[in-house]
Amino acid sequence: MSLLSVDYIKCNLCQKCVEACPFAAIDVIDDKIEFNEACKVCKICIKQCPEGAISLAETNQKSVNKDEYTGVLVFAEQVEGEVHPVTYELIGKGKELADKLGQDVNAVLIGHGFDKQAENILGYGVNNVYVYDQPELAHYRVEPYAAVLEDCIQKFKPTIILVGATSIGRSLAPRISTRFKTGLTADCTVLDVKENTDLIQIRPAFGGNIMAQIITPKHRPQMATVRYKVMTAPAEVENPTGKIVICSVDGSKLSSGVSVLQVTKKPQVDSIVDADVIIAAGRGVREEKDMKMLFELAELLNGKLAVTRPLIENGWGSYHQQIGLSGRSVRPKLIITVGISGSVQFVAGMKNAECIFAINSDPTASIFNVAHYGIVGDLYEVLPRLIEQVKEGGTIDAL
Amino acid sequence: MDILVCIKQVPETNEVEVDEKTGVLKRDGIDSKMNPYDLYAIETALQLKEEQGGRVTVLTMGPPQAEEIIREGFMMGADAGYILSDRRFAGADTLATGYTLASGVKKIGEFDLLICGMQTTDGDTAQVGPAIAEILQIPHVAYVNKIEGVTETNLTVQKDMADSIERVEVSFPALITVTKEVNQPRLPSFKRKLETRDWEIKMLTLDDFADRKEEHYGLKGSPTQVERIFPPESNVEKTTWEGSGEELAGLIYNKLKEMKFV
Repeated sequence: MSLLSVDYIKCNLCQKCVEACPFAAIDVIDDKIEFNEACKVCKICIKQCPEGAISLAETNQKSVNKDEYTGVLVFAEQVEGEVHPVTYELIGKGKELADKLGQDVNAVLIGHGFDKQAENILGYGVNNVYVYDQPELAHYRVEPYAAVLEDCIQKFKPTIILVGATSIGRSLAPRISTRFKTGLTADCTVLDVKENTDLIQIRPAFGGNIMAQIITPKHRPQMATVRYKVMTAPAEVENPTGKIVICSVDGSKLSSGVSVLQVTKKPQVDSIVDADVIIAAGRGVREEKDMKMLFELAELLNGKLAVTRPLIENGWGSYHQQIGLSGRSVRPKLIITVGISGSVQFVAGMKNAECIFAINSDPTASIFNVAHYGIVGDLYEVLPRLIEQVKEGGTIDAL
Repeated sequence: MDILVCIKQVPETNEVEVDEKTGVLKRDGIDSKMNPYDLYAIETALQLKEEQGGRVTVLTMGPPQAEEIIREGFMMGADAGYILSDRRFAGADTLATGYTLASGVKKIGEFDLLICGMQTTDGDTAQVGPAIAEILQIPHVAYVNKIEGVTETNLTVQKDMADSIERVEVSFPALITVTKEVNQPRLPSFKRKLETRDWEIKMLTLDDFADRKEEHYGLKGSPTQVERIFPPESNVEKTTWEGSGEELAGLIYNKLKEMKFV
């Protein structure tokens, strides 16, 4: 019994598949290619086999009637009445997908004591906002929220559901996908849709340096979560034409084994480890007072200021700001290194950053080996102008 | 109290890379280890057991080699361990994985509390814990970062909500997923290693489950399908800019704006 089947007449035991398999899932047993439990069905062996001897076994899943499901539904997350901004980004993407299909994009808002939240969501151009405003929904608790979302899905039968990959979204979405026995793809970075309404979901897979394109070909609704700041929020429309639809579920369905005792706002923690954006200062910074400039840039980009070890030794920063083998490892979305040559020890602590900008006047500095964007220039020439530009906003053309 | 911890064996390194020329995944670092978040889950269980008494069972789905992480669980202090191993489980997405683990739990017995790490380092979905809770029809609390108190009937925890911390009480039976803030996991003990060396690890297959329908497990039970895999587009493309301070500032600014950092 295997998911992949081998045509043993074609197979000449060249073992290219064994070598190609990244999961060590293929063995040769009794002169036969066999797949073991480690197989992730990545299909690389199928491509690698020069004889075309490997094929995917049919799963014979029955398909739902896809025509019964239409439109994109966005889960409008709110905490204490505040709508999470990922909601608007999902609406932006949802509209794009819905337009391609010629269908609607709708939002579902779950909570208690709403004021203008639904109107605000309409302002982003959704066709309907389904509002469930009931006292049991004041705080996020998984069973009542799941019961409401289930009700909404059964009433409106969306083909696609988008949920923010927040702590609430990542807790609620798998509950719902499991309830409907349908597919859910986490942390999608790209979403598109086929003519047959299949959602194309792309995400990093098998550990991060590889992307996988995932579909849910036979089940509906198709569900995906997306992190905040991955998609783009649409501009607000001038005269929203969408409707607010008040919905409710029977209170008996809203019981929960969870009670929320207290909600406390988190104190701002000044940690570089969790920062999405980091400005890192190195020995190219000549004087301590110049650190202000870097700090200002960090503030403007909602980031944190970090330093290299020599600056710690100068006393220009504290240990918890140090990046490198002897300091912290960071993996921000963006790091701008300023006046850092890029020692191996430093690079080890930051090379996994998603996007690396390096500003250094020495074109041979080793930091340029890891930087995605290498800026060969004097930080004292570049930074003041960059800070000015960020403050002004706008776009600079023709560069 | 009876606690079950779901654990997973993951690759030692995340540095799986695609060879750009051949499109083949490089198989460096296929050494495996316990998913790091699961250590916190086991520690949470052990501390609760120390306070309330009871048993800690560790459960994993995977190949027979997953025995290593079950033994590691024993060395930390777990009392029993199970592996769900069957080729028919292969190719499972999060739904099929959740279903398989939940089927295993039902087979093994009744538990007051199930604990999972908040996510695995190879899949990073954080979906399997909530999926298990759904199938077992019990409440769950995700991203628990502090255990405040436990009684025979319920647990009081703090959970991380990104911008806020919530104190929450959940009644048993329930499932929680824990973050790395919840505790400091103990190291496996050599003494325990000797004591538990001969302990049996129970292997369960599809044939042991109440639901033996193959279409609920593995690839057949997975609504999602991987259509293709490919290297990320931004595979260390290097761009170098030279010019005046003003030009460089402009280039950086435009790029930051394009990437939505400003």
